[in-house]
Amino acid sequence: MTPNPYLFIVVFAGVAITFPLLPLALAWCWRRFFQPPKPGAEKNAIYECGVESIGDAHVQFRSQYYLYAIIFLIFDVEAIFLVPFAVAFTSLPLGAFVAVLVFLLLLIEGLVWAWGKGCLEWDVKASNR
Amino acid sequence: MADSVDQIFVHAKQWLMSPLEGHIPDCLIQIVSSLLNIAAVLGVFLTLFALMSVLERKILGRMQNRYGPNRVGPFGLFQPVADGIKMLIKEDIVPARADKVVHFMAPILIAAAAILVLGVIPYGRNMTPFVIDGGILFFFAVGSTTELAVFMAGWGSNNKFSLLGAMRAIAQMISYELPLIITVLPVVMVVGSLNPDKIVFAQESYHFGFVPHWFVLTPWGATAFILFFVSGLVESNRTPFDVPEGESEIVAGHMTEYSGFKYATFFLAEYLGMFAVSGLAVTLFLGGWHAPLPGLGFVPSYVWFFAKLSVLLFGFIWIRGTLPRIRVDHMMNFAWKFMLPMAFTCLVSAAVWHYSGRRLSGWLWSFAIIAVVYFALSLLLDARRKFTPRTYRFAE
Repeated sequence: MTPNPYLFIVVFAGVAITFPLLPLALAWCWRRFFQPPKPGAEKNAIYECGVESIGDAHVQFRSQYYLYAIIFLIFDVEAIFLVPFAVAFTSLPLGAFVAVLVFLLLLIEGLVWAWGKGCLEWDVKASNR
Repeated sequence: MADSVDQIFVHAKQWLMSPLEGHIPDCLIQIVSSLLNIAAVLGVFLTLFALMSVLERKILGRMQNRYGPNRVGPFGLFQPVADGIKMLIKEDIVPARADKVVHFMAPILIAAAAILVLGVIPYGRNMTPFVIDGGILFFFAVGSTTELAVFMAGWGSNNKFSLLGAMRAIAQMISYELPLIITVLPVVMVVGSLNPDKIVFAQESYHFGFVPHWFVLTPWGATAFILFFVSGLVESNRTPFDVPEGESEIVAGHMTEYSGFKYATFFLAEYLGMFAVSGLAVTLFLGGWHAPLPGLGFVPSYVWFFAKLSVLLFGFIWIRGTLPRIRVDHMMNFAWKFMLPMAFTCLVSAAVWHYSGRRLSGWLWSFAIIAVVYFALSLLLDARRKFTPRTYRFAE
């Protein structure tokens, strides 16, 4: 009997999701029978260092986060392209490796361009100083 | 004799399964077999989590010249039980303006992802919970779900600290995920498989009869191991990279609005993530469950695995006790300008090692490539020349 690993993944995913729910259910039972909740306007307010929270928390964030996310996307896709190459590497001729090296260099060139352009600076003001 | 001790858990499972054979359908047998594997993994790692949480506090205490927890039970060893009961009976407060569904789902998703990645690591001879060909890929695919869960926690809380912490967490996790994945690729290249079991078998024999075949003993492997370990520190949000939950700046980051057992779930996920990353590092670079010397093969394989895992976990604690938190811009610069180029260098260096016959000459060539890139990068990134001599305007 060879076990089917993909059946195992399904079972494991089910257990993994159920597992954190168990203590939460236990805590819910405790609250239900022994510790009735006493909500209040201030107790259930958003925490902000003792003062009342002003406005919505979902504010605009600086664009640096977005630039990093885009560069990450490019290199993450590249990493996925490299995985099949890596698996086949030992049976590949040298020419194939050189071809992948060219692909790598093109992407590193992209990284160098982003670096020179200042996309990799977290604090733009500090880098201009 | 040594062989039977080594396989004791495999035999125990077969013995437990034997009464079922022939009585129930094959599909159910497979499910029972999976459940037994899962129970073993969960049992071992939850015990390790309890032990680690108290030992970490004790070791940190010793490093800071104090005792650490020593009141609950012998040597304070029952501290995790007390903590668990306290977390269970604490009131679970959900802010009135929070997104209730997302706020509730985030801790469950983060714990589920952390538990799921533990399934592909080989803990001993024939002791991988499930063997799939794309095991390494599965690890990263499921492991990166953590980022989504952290962002759900930050967004769902509707708190400024939470959202700020979640944004920082996403930024640092995606930046260090690239070195984490790319430093694994050299090992995959050299072994030619994504299957963790095959990677462990590739590190089986010994050079000259006593130097193990571990990848950490090659120049590209050593570099990749260090980069992998640092990225692992970041991925599990450990000090010195705990910017997302920096207590002195943004309260507790994405966990600010969580209380009771949901808060404990985040800690469970952090520790399980740490075990998973250390376990993968052991599998990829430190020879998995193989003994470090040929004469030590009589010690069971799982003992070696957990011994290596404990060494890495002690490293995590040691670093936490030693290093201060890194500033966020320094951390991002380090990821993109140092870690990523070095990770690509490892890839090229491993290829050169392979093409020059995996011998001493290959070892030296691969070392030379890494050294050249390292020195070039350190000259490029040297920040010292930016400083001017300090003038004491007011002291004179």
